[in-house]
Amino acid sequence: MNRSFVARNPSVLIFLALLALFTLGVTILSEGFGVGMVSTSFVKTLGKTLCLCLVAVAMDLIWGYAGILSLGHFAFFGLGGYMIGMWLMYERTRLIVVDALAQGQLPPTPQEVVDGIGNQIFGVVGSSDFPVIWSFADSLTLQLAMVVLVPGLLALVFGWLAFRSRVTGVYLSILTQAMTLALALYLFQNDSGLRGNNGLSGLQNLPGVNASQDVVSMWFFWASALALGLGYLLAAWVVSGKFGSVIRGIRDNEARVRFLGYSVEAYKLAMFTLTACIAAIAGALYYPQAGIINPAEIAPIASIYLAVWVAIGGRGRLYGAVIGAAVVSLLSTWFTGGQAPDVPLGFYTIKWVDWWLVLLGLSFVGVTLFAPQGIGGLFDLISDRLRPNRHGADLGPDQGSLREKEAQQ
Amino acid sequence: MSTLLEVSGVSVSFDGFRAINNLSFRIADAEMRAVIGPNGAGKTTFMDIVTGKTKPDEGRVLWGEKSVSLLKMSEAKIAQAGVGRKFQKPTVFEDQSVQENLLMALKKPRGWLPVLSYRPSEEDLAKVATLADDIGLGDALLRKSGELSHGQKQWLEIGILLAQEPRLLLVDEPAAGMTPEEREKTTDILVEAAKTRAVVVVEHDMEFVRRLNCKVTVLHEGSVLAEGSLDHVTSNQDVIDVYLGR
Amino acid sequence: MTRLIAATLALLLTCVSAFAQDATGPIQQVLQEHRDTILKSSRTTIGPAIDAVADSGLPQAQAVLEAWSDKNMWLREADGLFFRAEKAEGGYALTDFDSGEVVGVVDKDALDQIKPNSGIRALIGTALVQFQLKDPDPRRRQDALTSISRDPDQALLKPLRNSIEMETDATLKAQKLRLERLLTIGYDADPDARVQAMADMSGDLGVDVRATLNPLVATRRTVAQGGVPEGTNVAAILKPGSDALSKVAAYDMLVAADLAPPRVTDAAIRAALEANITDGRVGGVAVQQLNTDAARRTAYITLAEAGTVPPFISEDEVQATLDEFTFYDAYFDPSAQVTDAANDALNAIKLKVGMNQAADLTLDALSLASIYFLAAIGLAITFGVMGVINMAHGEFIMMGAYTGYVVQQVIPNHTVSILVAIPLAFAVTFAAGVAMERLVIRWLYNRPLETLLATFGISIALQQLAKNIFGTQARPLTSPAWLDGALTLNDVVSISYIRIAIFFLALFFLAVFLFIMKRTRLGLETRAVTQNPRMAASMGINPGRVNMLTFGLGSGIAGVAGVAIGLFAKVTSELGSDYIVQSFMTVVVGGVGNIWGTLAGATMIGFLQKGIEWGNPSNTLAAQTYMIVFIIIFIQFRPRGIIALKGRAAGD
Repeated sequence: MNRSFVARNPSVLIFLALLALFTLGVTILSEGFGVGMVSTSFVKTLGKTLCLCLVAVAMDLIWGYAGILSLGHFAFFGLGGYMIGMWLMYERTRLIVVDALAQGQLPPTPQEVVDGIGNQIFGVVGSSDFPVIWSFADSLTLQLAMVVLVPGLLALVFGWLAFRSRVTGVYLSILTQAMTLALALYLFQNDSGLRGNNGLSGLQNLPGVNASQDVVSMWFFWASALALGLGYLLAAWVVSGKFGSVIRGIRDNEARVRFLGYSVEAYKLAMFTLTACIAAIAGALYYPQAGIINPAEIAPIASIYLAVWVAIGGRGRLYGAVIGAAVVSLLSTWFTGGQAPDVPLGFYTIKWVDWWLVLLGLSFVGVTLFAPQGIGGLFDLISDRLRPNRHGADLGPDQGSLREKEAQQ
Repeated sequence: MSTLLEVSGVSVSFDGFRAINNLSFRIADAEMRAVIGPNGAGKTTFMDIVTGKTKPDEGRVLWGEKSVSLLKMSEAKIAQAGVGRKFQKPTVFEDQSVQENLLMALKKPRGWLPVLSYRPSEEDLAKVATLADDIGLGDALLRKSGELSHGQKQWLEIGILLAQEPRLLLVDEPAAGMTPEEREKTTDILVEAAKTRAVVVVEHDMEFVRRLNCKVTVLHEGSVLAEGSLDHVTSNQDVIDVYLGR
Repeated sequence: MTRLIAATLALLLTCVSAFAQDATGPIQQVLQEHRDTILKSSRTTIGPAIDAVADSGLPQAQAVLEAWSDKNMWLREADGLFFRAEKAEGGYALTDFDSGEVVGVVDKDALDQIKPNSGIRALIGTALVQFQLKDPDPRRRQDALTSISRDPDQALLKPLRNSIEMETDATLKAQKLRLERLLTIGYDADPDARVQAMADMSGDLGVDVRATLNPLVATRRTVAQGGVPEGTNVAAILKPGSDALSKVAAYDMLVAADLAPPRVTDAAIRAALEANITDGRVGGVAVQQLNTDAARRTAYITLAEAGTVPPFISEDEVQATLDEFTFYDAYFDPSAQVTDAANDALNAIKLKVGMNQAADLTLDALSLASIYFLAAIGLAITFGVMGVINMAHGEFIMMGAYTGYVVQQVIPNHTVSILVAIPLAFAVTFAAGVAMERLVIRWLYNRPLETLLATFGISIALQQLAKNIFGTQARPLTSPAWLDGALTLNDVVSISYIRIAIFFLALFFLAVFLFIMKRTRLGLETRAVTQNPRMAASMGINPGRVNMLTFGLGSGIAGVAGVAIGLFAKVTSELGSDYIVQSFMTVVVGGVGNIWGTLAGATMIGFLQKGIEWGNPSNTLAAQTYMIVFIIIFIQFRPRGIIALKGRAAGD
């Protein structure tokens, strides 16, 4: 128990080393800084995948460790993207507007600049006034703070309401789903102040930076890798100690933890908010690489996919979440991008663009049924750590899912 | 001896069924008390009320020297105030080692911030080891508690309770499903614990109760039917009619 | 040229008109009297001619007017008489208006067609109305009434009144009386009569009543120097700077009326400054410094003082100008008595309309509730009995809708196809549900979250499968003709027959469910398994079988709901996901394990959604957002739903 943190968690060290190697490899192969074997668009895909891995880590924390199946974490992911997107869009438009106004004979007044930006950004929804929520959009520092604060606050308020009333299990899942649906529907309105279903666009351009996308995409790739590394480390640290014991205890037997004197609600709330913040940071790094964010991104289905990734990767182990997110999202890109070869059956040709979701859905059912440990479970086999078939074997983190109890049902 | 817990005039009903009916009960510091009664007498509901899981419709539950009402407090707050509870079925964290189980229960700050930065000191580890020895799990410290036998899990749960250092222990059928040797050991652990704190044992097994050698409260239909030594209550005609006689 | 000839002829013929009049019938005489006007064919002067014909009291008047209006009235150039002419062998057959007999066939050259322009035709039409109103054919009388109500006019009032007395048809008489009241309100010269008519119609819900009253209370915004002119029917005096009239708008009114010089806007300042830059300076200020409004204003004022640009008008000056004028809304109708009465009548109607709208809203909400109930009932069964959340429930709804679509492709008769589709949809989704239970859910009991995810996997697979089979475009599911249309109680309250049918379908399934649960062996076993599966199993009930049938039942009802929903919504592969969240909400709000809870939940959500939509009519998206937020808050107070199990049975 007194060994160092890393010594107790060798997987963390292995993971960080692999991540560093991967980053280095991509850098060497990239167009911006290396031999150009990896195209810039693929670097972006990889960078986005790293962000998805980070949000999957957050999902694993809240679901795999704390046992709360949140179907709303993509709401925080998207909100993070919106917050950074506001600054990116504002600042880029500002530069364009200032340039344009400088062509005039008189130097522009501040009001003219603001009006010009407003017209550029909100013309598409038939408005030109800045909504209140854009008050801080001119300041990178404040807007960066909002990346964490806004989703964090939403998670705090929602979590407080939900946990306080002791909503658990599938009820809570549905409630989180309702939350993300409500947010998406709200953002879909033109008068939400975030450009309705147009969303924010042009986010791939860093204002004031003249470097090419080859270079900028690598910056974001590094930032994503760093964020994933730090996030992973934080997550591993959080779940390693007594805090980890308590949240796993909450997952397995909430009442017992409560009667030990721990305020279950406070722990859940802390985890919910923490993971929301991690998700938001992941989103803030993801959307500049995607270039565009709109409310469809936070539709309930996105959050469910997040759960799918984590489940396929293997819950309750952080590297499982990362593997799941990386494998499924990359495979998904491959299949839906039309790169996968069609399968001619003679009477029918299977086009993966059409059939990928069917395959994903069914393989997901298969994983749930036959491999509850997910892909991560393979590592137990490889490292010969397959635990003997004994009492109390973990079938997954659901409350009351331990084999022992199930036998008594 | 001063009163540690005083329950007075408590009633609770579920959908019209009165599970607890005007129940009054008091226990002093460092006292052992056995609660017996037929099924449906309200034993578990009584524990639920004291630990804050169920809110009664009426009545008072007062705690400690300052007579604080437990009714307004959450389960966690009540547990922090010094009420420990053992469930009927052994409930330990099966996915975690015995050591982790006990460390989690140790009397330490319960807030999430201190817990986040908590790392066990040598002293804590030693305390856990001693405790494990007391409950006969000294050489199973690093085993997952899911691997333990039924009886060992019961002891571990009692160990978890003791690690909390509660002033009142509520124990629900600790001897269920135990071998005779295990029962004997359980008795020893409980009797030892009752020297420094109040212990309330709910039990069906008369033999076990006799061995505890303490005051007995008989519950029936949600209220106290009789109270006194085991011999006293077993000779009570009401008790014989509703409970023993059947 | 023709016209010249005609004019000459006319001159000639005037000489012999005495003869002509003797020789012709009465209606021809009337026409002859007004021949010049008729030939002149001008909208402004034709009035007396039309009136003369219309008021002649002759039985042929209607025929003449119709012929005239239809461009069938021709002038025989030879003697200047008017005839109805129709194309015939070798020219035109002339019919005498008076006798109605064909008097001969004449070459086209010898005739002159009277071509009334549209304005005249309208006047003739108005004159014709009185005949149509008295036409022996009730259908034509009905047509006349419809045309009057569509295009009311002052001139129609009199013929309408005249026609009421002779009306024999009770329905038409009622319509005429009602129309007469409306026209009186709109056009009667006597204000008292109008007020009386308004009082008569007060409280009537008809759209036509409101359409008649609304123009009366229409106002125009006006400004006057000093006080309001005498004789103006003022609706309200407006103070500039109030909510109704901002100062900017008020000043703009003055500018528009040339009562004040235009305000110098920021844009105007900018343009003026740009036009007057000399040597990098404007009005004594360096151009580089003109990056604030204040600096620009200073420069502009300097320019204005030099007389180069119009003077700058300060806020104080604007205020001073505004103070000189009175701004007010005036009614178009000069009679205050009428406008007051109209306002009163409108208010009375508004109250009544409000009450009826509430009734209409209630009907809408009920119908929405029954849709949600249908969509959620299957979910509630599986959730309540088995503790299983079926994320693929929405896809079962979709499956039912597509089943209905396929059946309609095979059976063209819509009534038959719907009657076949409902049981077939039940059968298909029942089978799908049973298969899913056997293959997947059975292995995941007691692991609710994993069931949720596994069924979600099935959901995305099914949805994509439907997309692959049926394509992405919406497929129609047409309702039988007898379900088309709506039950209309009055102009405010109406409900479509489909929705009524769905309401009864929901009631039917409620009854079926209650019957199964309370009266059948399956229901008994289901309740037993719900309450204590182990005990039920030890009593010889096969929980596997019960679960399978329950799941099948829930899925089957979803399929039927799909057919019902498909009747009014387009069938797409996303049909299910559109309803799934609402269904979940219904179950969660209602409480688990109780059909009445589901009913209560559906009712609450239906009413809530309609209520919010009513309060915020422009935006259904916002309505849904608010509803979800409300539900999240509602869960705070009733975490286990409206009808919750209590006590130890509820579990942890």
